[in-house]
Formats: sequence, C-alpha cells, structure tokens
Amino acid sequence: MKGYNFAYLDEQTKRMLRRTLLKAVAIPGHQIPFGAREMPLPYGWGTGGIQVTAAVLGRADTLKVIDQGADDTTNAVSIRRFFARTAGVATTTRTASATIIQTRHRIPETTLTEAQIIVYQVPQPEPLYQLEPSRTETRRMHALADYGAMHVRLYEQVARYGQIAISYDYPVMVNGRHLMAPSPIPAFDNPKMHRMRALQLFGAGREKRIYAVPPYTAVVSLDFEDHPFRASRAAHVCALCGDRASYLDEVVTDDRGGRMFICSDTDHCASRRESAP
Amino acid sequence: MLSARGLGFRFGSITALEAVDVDLWPGEVLAVVGESGSGKTTLLHVLAGRLRPDAGQVWYREPDGPRTEVHAMPLPLLRRLHRSDWGFVEQDPRQALRMDVSAGGNVGERLMAAGARHYGRIRAEAARWLAEVEIDVARIDDRPTTFSGGMLQRLQIARTLVTEPRLVFMDEPTGGLDVSVQARLLDLIRTLVRRLGIAVVLVTHDLAVARLLAARIVVMQRGRVVEDGLTDQVLDDPRHPYTQLLVSSVLAT
Amino acid sequence: MAYVAVKGGERAIDAAHAWLAAARRGDGAIVELQTAQIREQLGRAVDRVMAEGSLYDPELAALAIKQSQGDLIEAGFLLRAFRTTLPRLAATLPLDTATMRLTRRISAIFKDLPGGQVLGPTYDYTHRLLDFALLENAPVAPAPQAEAIAGPTPRVADILGHEGLLEADARSEDEPFDLTRAPLAFPAGRDARLQGLARGDEGFLLGLGYSTQRGYGNNHPFVGELRAGEVDVEIVPAELGFAVCIGTVTLTECQMVNQFAGSKTEPAQFTRGYGLAFGHADRRAMAMALVDRALRAEELGEARTAPAQDPQFVLSTCDNVEATGFVEHLKLPHYVDFQSELETIRRLRATAERTQAASLPEAAP
Repeated sequence: MKGYNFAYLDEQTKRMLRRTLLKAVAIPGHQIPFGAREMPLPYGWGTGGIQVTAAVLGRADTLKVIDQGADDTTNAVSIRRFFARTAGVATTTRTASATIIQTRHRIPETTLTEAQIIVYQVPQPEPLYQLEPSRTETRRMHALADYGAMHVRLYEQVARYGQIAISYDYPVMVNGRHLMAPSPIPAFDNPKMHRMRALQLFGAGREKRIYAVPPYTAVVSLDFEDHPFRASRAAHVCALCGDRASYLDEVVTDDRGGRMFICSDTDHCASRRESAP
Repeated sequence: MLSARGLGFRFGSITALEAVDVDLWPGEVLAVVGESGSGKTTLLHVLAGRLRPDAGQVWYREPDGPRTEVHAMPLPLLRRLHRSDWGFVEQDPRQALRMDVSAGGNVGERLMAAGARHYGRIRAEAARWLAEVEIDVARIDDRPTTFSGGMLQRLQIARTLVTEPRLVFMDEPTGGLDVSVQARLLDLIRTLVRRLGIAVVLVTHDLAVARLLAARIVVMQRGRVVEDGLTDQVLDDPRHPYTQLLVSSVLAT
Repeated sequence: MAYVAVKGGERAIDAAHAWLAAARRGDGAIVELQTAQIREQLGRAVDRVMAEGSLYDPELAALAIKQSQGDLIEAGFLLRAFRTTLPRLAATLPLDTATMRLTRRISAIFKDLPGGQVLGPTYDYTHRLLDFALLENAPVAPAPQAEAIAGPTPRVADILGHEGLLEADARSEDEPFDLTRAPLAFPAGRDARLQGLARGDEGFLLGLGYSTQRGYGNNHPFVGELRAGEVDVEIVPAELGFAVCIGTVTLTECQMVNQFAGSKTEPAQFTRGYGLAFGHADRRAMAMALVDRALRAEELGEARTAPAQDPQFVLSTCDNVEATGFVEHLKLPHYVDFQSELETIRRLRATAERTQAASLPEAAP
C-alpha cells in the first residue's frame, strides 16, 4: 500500500518484535513485555495478534484469519483485509493451505502441522490477574513458580459446585514451569495446544506482552487427579455436516426455544460437506 | 537446627538487634521475651529470613542435610522452605489467611503449593486439621469472615501445621485474645507441638505464655540478649536486673 | 436458514463504510465543513485531540475531527495510528517554558508578581448564557491590544524556589523513558507517569483530580501558576552542533503547589504537581498536576489509600484509546466463549437438580 511499509509496521519495529518472539520461544509460556505500537485497529480487537503476524509474515505466506472459528465474522474479515491491503499476501479460508493462522477465541479443528504458525489474539495475558491485581506481585509469583493460589481457586470451585467451572481461558501449565492464559479459547480447545506441531504465538497489544509455545511443548490444563480436566462441548450433532466431535455454536432459530447446532469452525464444516457423498 | 551468630539490625539510628546469638534444637520450643521495642519481633523476622540482618548470619540444617545460610539462599529455595518445612504464625491471623477463601481452601493451600493434586485427599486432610484445632468440620466451606478471633487463630495454626513443618515461628500467637480464649489456644498449641515434635521460636511479652510452652527462654532488652537459659531457671531465679524487673512486674499485677 | 444472516461479512463491512461516509457528510444542501474552519474555530477540540493523540499538528487534528464526525476520542485514535508510522528524525531540547510568549498567565498564590497576571482568552469569567448572536454569524469586533509585557516573566516555581520553600526540580541527564516505544512497567518512574498523564483521557484525569479534592488522597493544592503561550522547539543537528529553532508549539503549563509537612530528613516545604498540555487546556493541565502530585504519595512517604495514588490503576486506565478499544471490543462476537459458559451453567444446574432430587425422599415424612 502506498506510503506504508510491507505489512504496515516499519522494519525496525518488526525486528524489535522478532527479538521479543525469540525470547518468548526460548522461555515457553513466559510473558515478555514489548513496546507495542499504536495500530490502526482498536485495542482489544487484535492489535497484539496483528503485530505478531506482521512480524512473522513474509511475501510467500498464505494467511488465514478466524474469529469464533469463522473466517467470515466481521473482525476476521477486517483483519484479513488489513493484511491483504498492507502486505498484498495471499489469503485463504482453508486451514490446511494457510502458513499463518491468526485467531481469536478458537483453535481450528484440523490438526496443524510443523509448517504452520498460529497467532492468538490475547485480551489479558496474565492468568493470575483475578487473584492478584498487582503486576509487581504477579511477576514475583511467576518468578518463584508460586501458583498455589490458582489451585486454591480450583479447589473452591469443586467445593462449591462439585466440579471445576471454568469454561474458557482455562489456565494451563506450559513446559511444567509457567502458568499461562491460553487466551479466551473454550476449554474444549486446550488439549489441542498440548505438543502441538505448529508454533503457537500469543500477542496482547493493550497489555504489551508477547508469549509463545514452541512446537511439541507440553501444555497441561490445571486440574485435580480425582476431578480431571474435561474438554466439554454441546452434546449435539452439527446440523450442517453431521460432525459429532467438533465444537458447536448454538443458533437460535425462532422465539419459541427452537435451536440448532452447527460447527463453530466454518472451514472444517464446509470441507466435510464438500467431501460428503 | 537453627543457629544465629552476631546478628545486628538497625532502623535508621535505632538499634533493633546487636550481637545476638541464638541456637535452636530440633523439637525444642524457645521463647523470646522482652517489652515491646526490645527487638524480639525483629529477631523473629531475621531468623525466618524475612529481614536481612546488617551483621551476622543465620544457618539452618535440614535433616541429614548440609547447613545452609538462610540469607544466602536463593529466593525460590527460601520460599519453598516457608511453604513446607517452615511455618510462620502471625499475631493477626487476617494477615496470613485468605479471607475470601473457604476454611478448607485456606488449610489446603500449603498442600497444593507443595504439589498435592487429589481434591478428595486435600479436603480430607483439611477436615482432619480443622478437627485437630477444634473447629467444627461442618464449617469447612465457610469463609473466615464468619469466624471469631479465636477460631481465626486456630485456623491459621491448622493452615500452618498441615504440612507438618519442622520449624514454626510464632509472633505473639495469643495476643489480642480474651483470657479464656487464650488458655484454650495455648493448650492446643502445646499439645500439637509436643505430639508433632515441632521446633518453635515463640515471641511473646507474656512470661506466663513462655513458661507454659517453652523449655528455654531468651530475654531481650534494647536489641541485646541480656539473659538466657532454661525457662524455669530464668524465671524462678533471674540474674539480670532487667529480667528481675520483668518477673517482679508480673508478680505485682 | 437463519444462519445465513451472519454470513456476508465482507459485503456488510463495505456497505457500513459507505453509509458512514454518507452520514458523515450529512445534508448535502448544507455547505461542507472545511478542516481550516475546524482548526480556526474549534481550537479547543483540536487541542484536546492533539494532546490525547500525542501529536502536535493542528491541521491533521482538524482532519481527524472531521473524519470522526467530532468524536474526539475516535479523532485522537486516528492521530495516534498515524503518529506510530512516522519516522523519528531527531529529539528536541527540553522546552524552556520560562521563555514562553505568554497569552495567559495567572497565579492563585500571589496577588501580583513580576510580569503581572494576564487573563488571556479565557472562559473563566464569561456568564454561561447562550449567545444567540452566534446564530447570525455576526462580525466580531477586534479585541483591544495591550502593550507587550515588559521585562521577564519568571515562573512562580522559580520565585518560590529561591527561598527553598518549594522543592527543586529533580535534575537528570538520563534519557527519559519513552511511553510510545517501551512498555510501561511498574513501579513506573515520574517521567513515565507524566507521559502517561499527558496523553490520558481528559475526563478521566478530571475525575481523578477531583477525587483527590473530595478526600480520596487529599493533597491541599494551590495553583502556583498556570501559563499558556507559544514556546520555541529547538533541536541540535549533529552536523551543526548548535541549537536551531524548528517551529513553535502552544502549550498550557500548570505548577500546582501542595502542602508537605516535612520528614525526619527534610524540613517542611511545598511540593509540586506538574501538568503540561498542548494548546489552551487549563482543565487538562490542572487535573494532570493534581494527579501527578497524588501519584507521588509513595515517594513522599504518604499513606497510599486512594485510587489517584495508585500508579498502576491510574496509568493502565487513563489511556482512552486503550480503554475505548477494550470496552468496545465487547461488541465483537463472543459466542464461542458464551457457548462454553452455557454448557457449564447447564452442567452445574443438572448437578444441582440431581443432588436436590436425591435429597427429596429424606425430607418427605
């Protein structure tokens, strides 16, 4: 685009971002502060993810952007267009054809490969913020791996509800060392992070933090031995493709309690319908 | 198991500790007595590694382990010690407890911090400890905000002792409680400490508390140890004029 | 099928943008607003957008106001997003506000002072009566012109400083923190705090400053001096080795003087809160100075009890570009998370119902 560098950010800023990313990959799950730039999209709408994508994007890349699992949600469209306009890269809705996938709130159903990078948009990178608002204190807790308080939170839930009642942004332990917020993906997606073949990068623009999970790294959801982590989904079948295992959206069809359930991952759903006899 | 040599500490121009030596043996209860401002609480914080002394050193020996200098320990190691083998009982239990977490969660926290991951066992252990400190097990899911002062202190003791530490630091554990509540709490502490064989450094201004709980006593005045020895000996036959004054003032009241 | 309605995001965005452009233009029968009119006649709005957009450029600020239909937070955001792409060519010398060509200068703590009190173009003593003459676009009579102020107009801070009654400015040759390039970390230095406040939301700063006056972290403020006017901006190009003026900026500066009881090591003296804003902005500069002083509570050994005294609270909340983005992002679809919450709530209710059903027979006689 005239008057702007490839992928919007200037090369110096990209180098700063890449240095941050290298550091993040070297210490899996550890939040690295970085000089987040003002972006032409609002904070909370994916500025962190966009900066990370801009830093790793090359001319030969193919980009896929999803929000809520769908390529066609307005924010996904807006971000995909942003890169089509500022970088002129190829874009796709096919998970398998993408080299970089930027996502908000989902991990695709299709298993990712070593040749892919998934970039998560993160609103709140600090998994401990509800227990301890002071960043000075949470930094110390991470340094000392002092995570007893997080387990106390889970204990309280089991004591009260008979089960762990966190549905999304379910805290995980990365590489047995750092407690990490997986971003607000449903807990259903957590197991996909464990030993994922693709590189996982996380960008939080407003909070100015980047973190990463390198390929094949252990990502374990916190739980108790006698109350193990459960990846739950609506107990229904996709009304469009008939999938019984994918994560489902509930769509209201009328004002008399009518409901239908369909795949949240639009590419997954479309592919299944195409290949169906 | 714990020994300190030549401890010194200053707050600006005020000397809080000067040339203080302390030794503590496994399973022993040592009382540190003196008026307020004598430096006894500062000593407790220095011994526990919470305050760094200006002079002197503190060593801790783990069972069958090497002697380590407390203030030279890396912070993560000291933290781990504080969460497992050591305990600290604050005068005000609200400082130690999580007031928005149930009694069971409060007692279970140290177990979870030490790696316990079985909810049922953590809860059973919490229930057992509530019973030990005479709190109705039916209150296990209640928050401490609904507890009386004496109950709060007993809950703090359960929370501290649940990992069966070898060494516990206590800062005026019965301070601020009614006399009848105090007596019951002292009895409880004595029973638990004896049964579990815990070593205790106990700071108190109350000689009766020291006599009831401690085998040995250290008397402090203006940051210095003026007298130490077996509790009964020191209190029945005080040598130092300051100790004599302390003992007589108790008798007078 | 109902689901089809959420498809077609691309077309929807294009259509929305076209509609927005038409709505922005409004009734075509009314003459279109020129950015020069905004710059000249809506100066206070331009000043606010320059401050919150942290870019001194009245022309672009006017454009941003036009483009955002007068939504000043949106305008500041536009300016910021433009600013971030600009190369950094040089760093200026520190501005010397003592040499300011004053259009306004008042002190509340002295009846008179060298250089005098200058009201300048202020709303302070206007009666807030709607002026219906403005409906008629009646010509404005020229304002009377006074003689230029003769002699120096030293800053009140320097006058008090001579007696040692006011704390001195902390001097430092260190490179100041740069909020636009480096992430804010806590505890934050005063340079970082002042930068954050300088571009913080005016309404938020006003509310926080006001809260200190209502007892939430009171600090007994006096307006030592409020001055506004033009200041030269100078740089020292490496190839020249001496200072060159590259332009002027209009600024408002507020030195708030606050009571301080003194400590063991320091005698009683007045402390300062500092506010600086682009353009004519009394309210912004004063609110900033109140909050700056409140944020120094810890440094000055005061009890930290109020929100205005908590640097993390103030600085992580005061930026309206960050705040509006995150508040408004709630408009984005969250249906995946909501679905997972729905499943959890259903599961919890089912568990509770089962427990209740199991306990019912016992309750029966």
